[in-house]
Formats: sequence, C-alpha cells, structure tokens
Amino acid sequence: MHPIISVKQLGKQYASGHSALEDINLDIHKGEIFALLGPNGAGKTTLISIICGIVNPSHGGVTVDGNDILTSYRASRSLIGLVPQELFTNTFETVWATVTFSRGLFGKPANPAYLEQLLRSLSLWEKKDSKIMALSGGMKRRVLIAKALAHEPKILFLDEPTAGVDVDLRRDMWNLVRKLREQGVTIILTTHYIEEAEEMADRIGVINKGRLILVENKHSLINKLGKKQLTLHLQTAISALPNGLDHYELELTGNGSQLVYTYDVHAQHTGIAELLKTLNDHQIDFKDLQSSQSSLEDIFVNLVREHA
Amino acid sequence: MNIYAIRAIYLFEMARTWRTLMQSIASPVISTSLYFVVFGSAIGSRMVEIDGISYGAFIVPGLIMLSLLTESISNASFGIHMPKFTGTIYEVLSAPVSPFEIVTGFVGAAASKSIILGILILATARVFVPFEIAHPWWMLAFLVLTALTFSLFGFIIGIWADGFDKLQVIPAMIITPLTFLGGSFYSINMLPPVWQQITLFNPVVYLISGFRWSFYGVADVSVGLSLFMTLMFLLICLFGVWWIFKTGYRLKH
Ligand SMILES: Nc1ncnc2c1ncn2[C@@H]1O[C@H](COP(=O)(O)OP(=O)(O)OP(=O)(O)O)[C@@H](O)[C@H]1O
Ligand SMILES: [Mg+2]
Repeated sequence: MHPIISVKQLGKQYASGHSALEDINLDIHKGEIFALLGPNGAGKTTLISIICGIVNPSHGGVTVDGNDILTSYRASRSLIGLVPQELFTNTFETVWATVTFSRGLFGKPANPAYLEQLLRSLSLWEKKDSKIMALSGGMKRRVLIAKALAHEPKILFLDEPTAGVDVDLRRDMWNLVRKLREQGVTIILTTHYIEEAEEMADRIGVINKGRLILVENKHSLINKLGKKQLTLHLQTAISALPNGLDHYELELTGNGSQLVYTYDVHAQHTGIAELLKTLNDHQIDFKDLQSSQSSLEDIFVNLVREHA
Repeated sequence: MNIYAIRAIYLFEMARTWRTLMQSIASPVISTSLYFVVFGSAIGSRMVEIDGISYGAFIVPGLIMLSLLTESISNASFGIHMPKFTGTIYEVLSAPVSPFEIVTGFVGAAASKSIILGILILATARVFVPFEIAHPWWMLAFLVLTALTFSLFGFIIGIWADGFDKLQVIPAMIITPLTFLGGSFYSINMLPPVWQQITLFNPVVYLISGFRWSFYGVADVSVGLSLFMTLMFLLICLFGVWWIFKTGYRLKH
C-alpha cells in the first residue's frame, strides 16, 4: 500500500535566509494518527504549511495520495483539511456562514444536513447564528475544526489543536479524532503535550531545528529508547555510597533512604543481580523495591538535548 | 473548474457588501448626489453649455466614473487585504482553487458592487438633472469594463499593501486627482493648448471621454482610442495579477 503522504528531500529556506526545514523524508500511512513533536521553532508548522499549499517548498517534493502538491494541487488539496495553529477567524460572519463558505471553497456542493451534524458534534449548533467575534477562544478553535472538516477531508492536519484549550474541549477533541480515525481519516497533529501524543498517536516523529531526527512506532520508541529505574527503599538510611559501587549508575535520594538504579531495558545485561549481590556484601538491606519505565516525555527531552 | 469555490468567494464578499450597506452603497450615492445638487441644479443653471450639453448633464459621466474608479479600487483592495491581514487567507491558499477562480470570486464581487453603485448614482443623477443616454449598450460596456479593470487594480493594491493605511494612498493620491483633472468637470478643449497635450498623458481622460461619448455622442478623444486604452489597462492589470500568482508575491512565503 502506498503512503497517503510522501515527503521527499523537502527543504525550506525563508526569504530571510533562515533554513526552517532540511532534507525531510517522511511517509504517512493511510488511516494512522501521526504526532509531530518538537520544540518551538522546530519547523512543524512550516512542514504542514508546505503540504497544505500555504508555503512554497524550496526544494524536494510532496505527494498526497499520489498527487504532486504543486502540479496536481487540486487533487491533493481536496483531500486535506487544516486546523491552523493560530486562531485565524473571520469576525463579522456567523458560524454557519463560515462553515458553508469552507465547504464551497473546497469544491463540495451544499449539504446542510452534514454541516448540522458536524456542528452538533462540536457543540456548536446552538452558536450557529452567532458572529464569530462574539465567541470565546475555545469556541473559535471549534469553529476552525468545523471549517477544516466541512468538506469531509480524508486527511486532517491539527496544528497544536489543544493549545489554550480546557479539559472538556480537549476530551471532546480526542473523541472526535478517534471517531474520525474509525472512519478512515488520516490524522497528523503537532502538540507540546507529550501525554497527548503518547495517548493518541500510532507513530511519532520528532523534529528539531528543521531536521526530522526520529520517526518511530510509539511503542517501539518507548521500548527502544526507554530506560528503566529500579528504586530500592533501604532498611536504614546511609550517608554515602559504599566503595565498589561506582561503576553502577546509582543515585542516593530521600535523605539516604532510597537508592535509584538506572539501566537500559535492552542491555544484554542489566546488572541487577550483581548490584543486589554487592549491596548484600556491604550489608545494605532494603525493605521494598519498585521499577518504573521512562515516559515519552523523558525520551523526547533527551533526544532534543542530544541533537541540540 | 471549481464553480463552488467561485460561488463561495463571490457570495461571501457580497455578504460583506450587504452587511455594510450604509458605508458601501449609501454613502457614495449620497456624496455624489451632493455634486448634482450643487453643480447640476444650483450652479449648473448659471453655467454655459459645453458641446451643446447643459453643465449639469455634462458632469454626470465624469462623476459616475470618479465613484466607479475609487469604489472599485477600495472594494477589491479591502476584500483581499482583510483576509491577508487577519490570516484567514490560509484557507483560500490551502483550497483546491486556481488563481483564476480566486480572482473571479474576489474581483467579480468587487466589480459587481461598483456596477450596482454606478447604476444607482446614474439613477440618482437623473432625479436632479435631465439627460438622455445615446448609446446605452456602450454605456454599460464602459461601465462594466472600467469596474472590472479597476477592481483588478484594487486586488493588486490589496496584495501589495502591508497596512490598511496604504490601501487609501493610491485612490486618494493618484486616482482622485487624475479624475478631477481628467475632464470630469470640463472638456479638455477648454484648456490652454499646452495643457491639452499634457492632459493626454492622464489615462483617466480616455475613460471619461469614452463614457461621456456613450451618453451624449460627443468626446474629447476618439471612442476607438478610449476603448483601446480601457482594454490596455485591463490587460496590464491581468498581467499584474498573473504575475502575483506566478511568483507568490506577498501571498506565499
Ligand atoms: N514567514 C517566515 N519568515 C521567516 N522565518 C519564518 C517564517 N515562518 C517561520 N519562520 C521560522 O522558521 C522556523 C520554523 O518555524 P515554525 O513555525 O515552522 O516552527 P514550529 O515548529 O511550528 O514552532 P511552534 O512550536 O512554536 O509552533 C522558526 O525559526 C521561525 O522563526
Ligand atoms: Mg507551529
């Protein structure tokens, strides 16, 4: 099966000379939820803007369902809905007028029944005759989502959809995303909330300083890069680590009552057995132990730091 | 051809017109009516005829032209500048629409509005000043061509401008003076010979002259030349718009 979006050797240099993207290669699979992570200014919005036709690429190319975004832009853009990062909204128009406009703009005949159902699913139906300027920020965000979905796209881009959004709306939004995925819509989102990516995405791409430094299945990413920590609660607190334990990655916390051992899940040899034996030799007793796995957040922070 | 998109843009822009009816239609009609009251009825009755036409009737085509030019430019420039300014242009840029469709929607709406306005001013003028239209179809043709051309020109200004203040600059500093000096209120035959020659560099002279010919059958320059010049402006503006979309000038980074 060919990818729904294929980005090849894509680069972008803004007129200022700033190189926002360098040699991006990325395939998005049909029907997946792909999360793009990266610090501010990494190039996430630039990448999305190029695929959607808002920014011109400097080199390289993109195809959407096999259609080149420059030469077959009609076919490629018809498939895409975009919710931009900024709250770009009309002011004086009503909610109904603006979603009707969006549907027409994307070449679809009017379908009031679909739009009604769409607005209802976003809790916007009661506001359909309100002027957009009279809506709160969260409501405006919903309007932008409704506009992006007004033409029933096969691919949805959500550029930081949950920035400045309350818990309720965030939950609604993720429910909507799940529902869309069930209908076969491919979703590409950017977010700064890593729990979100962890919870929602199938695959994760990390972008930093215009370079895609990693693309991985979420689970294998956590497995591959994850570190585990073993925490030992000591019977009696100690003031310093005894000699002979220096070569372990150990940390003494909790006023000397806890020992934290960090190890790689995939190492041939975790060293736990030796550690416990050595502790025993030094007559350090423990009453309890627990192990934990690092989250995507830790992985992400480490990755970006590494490539800084 | 994405007909739905043209329709969507056109209706969206026209909705803005109806929403701001006072500002977009009523105010130009009122201000132009004042000219007819003052120059047509009050002062006009004491002025001599020009080319056998009463002064009040003589100024009607020029005044309609004045409104047509300034309103076409300001409608079209505002229409495209606003989404650029607020950022909502992202949607048009990401939609499956060709430059031709975008321009047809935006410029078509701006031109429609100017044409409606022109006809309203014409009707208002008729209340104050008696006149006949010798070539109504030509009159309409000049009206439509001019509205279209200057809406295209406004579209270019709206994309070029990087602030709302700049939208006003060209209409106020160039178009209004050129229209006043282009024979709205006098026949260029009334000027000293040197100025008659200089005036011919003013493009608006050809627009007004042709338009006045369609009313009264008299003109400062030949009708063929007027038509030719009008079509030239149209071509230049079409080229400008084509260039903007080709290069992405001030539309896309
Ligand atoms: N129009 C522009 N002209 C010049 N530079 C730009 C332009 N737009 C973005 N940039 C620069 O390109 C880089 C990438 O910006 P981009 O908006 O893609 O980042 P981002 O990953 O979306 O960041 P954020 O998380 O803050 O939204 C930044 O350094 C930014 O300053
Ligand atoms: Mg961004």
